[in-house]
Amino acid sequence: MRLTDEERAMLAGAFGEVRRWAIGHQIAVGEFFDAAEFVPVSQAHIMADTESLGEGGVRFLEGLAAAPEAERRVRVPAITDPRGIDFAVYRRLGQTEWMAALERRAIAALRAFGVLMTDTCINYQTIMAPVRGDHLAYGDTGVVIYSNSVLGARSNFEGGPSALAAALTGRTPRYGYHLDECRRGTRRFRLAATPRDLAEWGAVGGIVGEACGSYCQVPSIEGIEAVPGSDALKHFGTALASFGSVALFHMAGITAEEAVFAGPPPEAVPIGRAEIDAFLARYAAPGDQLDVVVFGAPQLSLFEIERVAQALDGRRIHPRTTVLITTSPEIKHAADRMGLTTRIEMAGGIVAEGICFYQSYAREMAEANGWTRLMTNSAKLINIIGGYGYRPTLASLERCVDSAVAGHVL
Amino acid sequence: MPIVLRCHRGIGPAVVGTALVAADNFSARYDLDRINGIFSRPGHKLFGESYVDRILVLNDAKGGVATAWMLHEMMPRTIVPRGLIFNRVNPILAQGAAFANVALVDRFADGDVTELFRTGDEVRVDPAAGLAEILSREC
Repeated sequence: MRLTDEERAMLAGAFGEVRRWAIGHQIAVGEFFDAAEFVPVSQAHIMADTESLGEGGVRFLEGLAAAPEAERRVRVPAITDPRGIDFAVYRRLGQTEWMAALERRAIAALRAFGVLMTDTCINYQTIMAPVRGDHLAYGDTGVVIYSNSVLGARSNFEGGPSALAAALTGRTPRYGYHLDECRRGTRRFRLAATPRDLAEWGAVGGIVGEACGSYCQVPSIEGIEAVPGSDALKHFGTALASFGSVALFHMAGITAEEAVFAGPPPEAVPIGRAEIDAFLARYAAPGDQLDVVVFGAPQLSLFEIERVAQALDGRRIHPRTTVLITTSPEIKHAADRMGLTTRIEMAGGIVAEGICFYQSYAREMAEANGWTRLMTNSAKLINIIGGYGYRPTLASLERCVDSAVAGHVL
Repeated sequence: MPIVLRCHRGIGPAVVGTALVAADNFSARYDLDRINGIFSRPGHKLFGESYVDRILVLNDAKGGVATAWMLHEMMPRTIVPRGLIFNRVNPILAQGAAFANVALVDRFADGDVTELFRTGDEVRVDPAAGLAEILSREC
C-alpha cells in the first residue's frame, strides 16, 4: 500500500502504540485485498458485544485504553453496535452477573477511547444518516448494506477490531465498496409478487442472498410496484447481508445508485409468491409450544414498536411464552415517553434497550430459560439463531403476537 | 512429493495441520458452538464435527461481523481452528484472521479448494508465500 508521511509515522509509532497497532492491522487487511491506499472516513461504527469479545477481547481493549489519553482518543466520531446486556432487564432474561461485569468492563474501555455508546444497529434511522459518497467504517452488516444501498454511502463490512482501528487512524483501506468498479451490478432479480409485511421483505432478502452467496455479488432488484419504507428496506437488507454476505444492492428509482453492469445485463431471476411462501414454509412449526418471541435483529423503529403495542393492546401473553422487543436507547426512551413501553409491559412483554437478541448470549439464555422454539418476524434472526440451538419460525408481526398469546405457534 | 497449490498472498503464520473439508460457507457466530468446539448449525455440512486445531477448507465467508472478534476470543481457550483455506473470503474473515494471527489463504489458481483438498490431508499453509501444500494423503 502507498502510505502518506503521516501514515508511515503512525506505523513507526510516532503517534503511540495504540495507533501503531491500528494502522498495522489495517495494512495487513488492506494488502490482503490489494488496496492501493487509505481513504479518510467520516464515522466508525464498532461491533463490540461481549459474547463476541470474550474475556480476551475485553482485556485487549483495556490494554489499549490504558495508553495516555492523547494516544488513545478516536479521530472521527465512533459509535457502537448493540451490546450484550441491558442492565435493567438482564436478570429477567436469565443472563448472569459475570456477563454484566464483563459488559461494564468493555463499556469503560470503549469510553476511554471517546467512543459514543449508541448501542444500535439502526443508527441510519436514529443517530446520523450518512450521505451519498460518504466513506465510512461501519460494522454490522445490516448497517453497511442499508448505508451503501439506500443512502449511497461507501463502506465495507468492518468488524469490531477494524472499525476501532479506523476510528483511531481516521481512515480505512480503499478496497471493495469504496471503489466504483466494485459497486456495479452483477445479478438481476425481478419481483413478481409484492411482499405483504416485514417478514416477507426479509424472506425476499433471504432468497436473493442465498442466490448470490458472496460479498462480491451486487444484486439489482426490479419489478417493485410501490416504494418500500425504511423498515421494509431494513429487513430486506439485513436478511440479504445475513444470507448472502452481500453489502450492496440496487433498486432502480429507489436506492441511491442504479445498477450499472460491467457487460450485458444478466437474465433476471423471478421471485414470486411461490418462492416467498416456500421460504416461510421452511421454518413453519404449527402447533409447537412457543418459548420465546423476539422482535429485533435489526432493532425496532418507533413505528414497529407502535405496531407491537397495537397488536398486544387488551391482551395477555401466555405465561409460558416470553416476548422480547429490542431497540436502540433513543427509540426506547421515545417509546417510554409515548406510553408504548407501558402498553407492551401491561400485556407481559419486555422492551430492552441497546441490545440485540443474538448478541446477548443467546445460547446461555436458551439454557437458563429452557427456550427452544423461537418465533420472530426477522429473517436475519432466523438465519443466525439455529446455530445457537434454537428452532426458529418466521412469521408476520401480527401472527407472532397471536402465537405469543396462544402459547403455541399458529 | 507434496502437492503445491498457489494462491493469493494471505494473512498469519505458516502452519501445518489436518484438513477438515466441506463445500459450505462459514461464520463463527452462525455455525460454531464455541463452548464445545463443534459445528453447531443444523444443515451445515460439518454439523457435529470438531473444528479445534483443524485446517478448515471451505468455500466462502458468510453472514455477520462477529468472526472478526471470535477467532481472537477462541485463541486463549485453545479452541480455535489452526488455519483457514477458502475459495474466497469477505473482509470480516480477513480482519478476524489478521487480529487473531490465524493463518488464512484464499483465491487459489488451481480451482475449487473444496475439491483440491480432502478431509484428513496433512496440509502446510504458508500465507506469506501465497501457497498451501498437501504433505500427505491417506489412500
